[in-house]
Amino acid sequence: MSVTTQGRIGGMFERLRAERRTALIPFVTAGDPTPGVTVPLMHRMVAAGADLIELGVPFSDPIADGPVIQRATERALEAGVRLRDVLDMVRAFRAEDSQTPVVLMGYLNPIEIMQPDVFAAEAASAGVDGVLIVDVPPEEAAFIADPLRAQGLDLVYLLAPTSDAERIERIAEVASGFVYYVAVKGVTGAGNLDIDGVGAKLAEIRERIVLPVGVGFGIKDGISAASVARVADAVIVGSAIVGRIEALVETPNGIPDAVGGFLAELRGAIDGADAS
Amino acid sequence: MAIVADDTNGLLTGNAAAPSGYQYPDAGGHFGRFGGRFVPETLMHPLAELTAAYERFLKDPAFLAELDNDLRDYVGRPSPLYHAERWSRELGGAQILLKREDLNHTGAHKVNNTVGQALLARRMGKTRIIAETGAGQHGVASATVAARMGLECIVYMGEVDVARQEANVYRMKLLGAEVVAVKSGSRTLKDALNEAMRDWVTNIDNTFYIIGTVAGPHPYPAMVRDFQAVIGRETREQMLARSGKLPDAVVACVGGGSNAIGLFYPFIDDADVRMIGVEAGGDGIETGRHAAPLCAGKPGVLHGNRTYLMEDDNGQIRETHSISAGLDYPGVGPEHAWLKDSGRAEYVSVTDDEALAAFHALTRIEGIIPALETSHALAYAAKLAPTMRRDQTIVINLSGRGDKDMHTVAKLDGIHL
Repeated sequence: MSVTTQGRIGGMFERLRAERRTALIPFVTAGDPTPGVTVPLMHRMVAAGADLIELGVPFSDPIADGPVIQRATERALEAGVRLRDVLDMVRAFRAEDSQTPVVLMGYLNPIEIMQPDVFAAEAASAGVDGVLIVDVPPEEAAFIADPLRAQGLDLVYLLAPTSDAERIERIAEVASGFVYYVAVKGVTGAGNLDIDGVGAKLAEIRERIVLPVGVGFGIKDGISAASVARVADAVIVGSAIVGRIEALVETPNGIPDAVGGFLAELRGAIDGADAS
Repeated sequence: MAIVADDTNGLLTGNAAAPSGYQYPDAGGHFGRFGGRFVPETLMHPLAELTAAYERFLKDPAFLAELDNDLRDYVGRPSPLYHAERWSRELGGAQILLKREDLNHTGAHKVNNTVGQALLARRMGKTRIIAETGAGQHGVASATVAARMGLECIVYMGEVDVARQEANVYRMKLLGAEVVAVKSGSRTLKDALNEAMRDWVTNIDNTFYIIGTVAGPHPYPAMVRDFQAVIGRETREQMLARSGKLPDAVVACVGGGSNAIGLFYPFIDDADVRMIGVEAGGDGIETGRHAAPLCAGKPGVLHGNRTYLMEDDNGQIRETHSISAGLDYPGVGPEHAWLKDSGRAEYVSVTDDEALAAFHALTRIEGIIPALETSHALAYAAKLAPTMRRDQTIVINLSGRGDKDMHTVAKLDGIHL
């Protein structure tokens, strides 16, 4: 039985479900290329149609990320961005936006060293809604899941093409907010997705999980976003956005408009798919 | 799960099998609070499959017989236990015995593990081998078994290590492997491991990842230990045959820790045998420029397991430094973390300079050129021996030969080869 979600993430998906619309979830690495870019960029993404924002927490050894997000991570670390700075960015974002959910996505070690209960309390007070820790499967999650739940934070889990029925059920027991289906075997930014395969796997997932299912990895443009929107509750786009940021590292003032324009294009494609 | 089959009597199995009073890891791969399986979801199912295959084949007499055969006829086991009489006399204390893993095919202990994992890969129907390497010894050992079995082989190696271990890079290429120079992060062993894990996530259907050390997600720390434990089993039998006694101390260098755990594991129940792991002290622990997480790190999670790490106050992994590429790693196998906390093993460090002095000493006094990694164990044993009696013994794992380090050492001596 899935954990019922209260709060901003659950509310957002309920609203969209009533409107028969698919959520658009952009991912950016916090502090890429400089700390000052991120909060204005978050507001611009919301204005362009983002329903939830995933913020990547920089870590020195991002084993699940492809070259594009690895380089974003290196830029953010080089700029001095650490987990506490990311929490400050969320706090600053919340000063002007009390509606849009924010999920932190990252690796365990920076969280563990802060202490799980300290991190959970600070994340909740900053206005974070959920946490996706890429390298913590349910089997290892108890020590971090309990403090996060106690603070009302959602635990978002990945599902993969390799997740069999038993694993899906195990994740159903602990996940909340939504689940994130990794559409391709690979790292972020990899390959092209096979939409028929995704549709079939989502059907299998939905037999066992009542939470909304977002799909990410391999969504690069309006066409792939629209095809995912036909089968998923949320379209998650990371590397395609981060690649646009990378192209503008020398002229960061142009980043919000470039990303905003791209998200508006994705939003249009998703809304078109939802309406058809 | 340890190799405990007693229905064969070969090199790998035999009488001195797993320690009886020691039951680590648990089913989830935990050594106390260390170890585990901290990986992205995509890898969870392949790791479960690998664990199941490994546990099945370890009880399969045909698999064990094939492994024994390969260890004897291809690797050249058992390796000798050599009494370094002249060096012992010079040090003026305990007798020093060298477990000659440098005499194995490919020149180091690494091949014990790659032979085992390659057999497993073939039985699991995998056609593509990937590996990470630091000094290049594990890369060579992986490329070697892949060549023999006709499997495709990709070796990930940090760009810094490619430059300082060019002879091994060439050996891997001769063996038919593709060597990928990893340019991310610190461009050393940890980044090579990152890149190999990314490859594995992408190609899990046909690919077997041969991890070269006792780190990574479960089952790797236990599996690599079990394949390397042949070192300690032979040592135990050779000591008993030689003197009817066990050694007073066993000493090995520790990077990830595979040669050390291979030597230590069969002695874990023998409380009178001191087990000492020697980490890379680099420029000295006090300088921060070292690779000694057990001596100067703290617990954290990297590369799929919880262990001691070199990290900053924000949980970012720190760059390491060692003269030896094979020890230049910010983590360590989780079983070593456990043996440290439980007090069963001791961990110390020696500096680059001390290791280099030991490298020259063994070369000149015994006519054996050791690897720079191994030289760390030699350097500590040289300090320990004079504090012990002449009727006591120290076994050092001579884990690899130094041919690959000629360029590094020559350069330090101002000579261009």
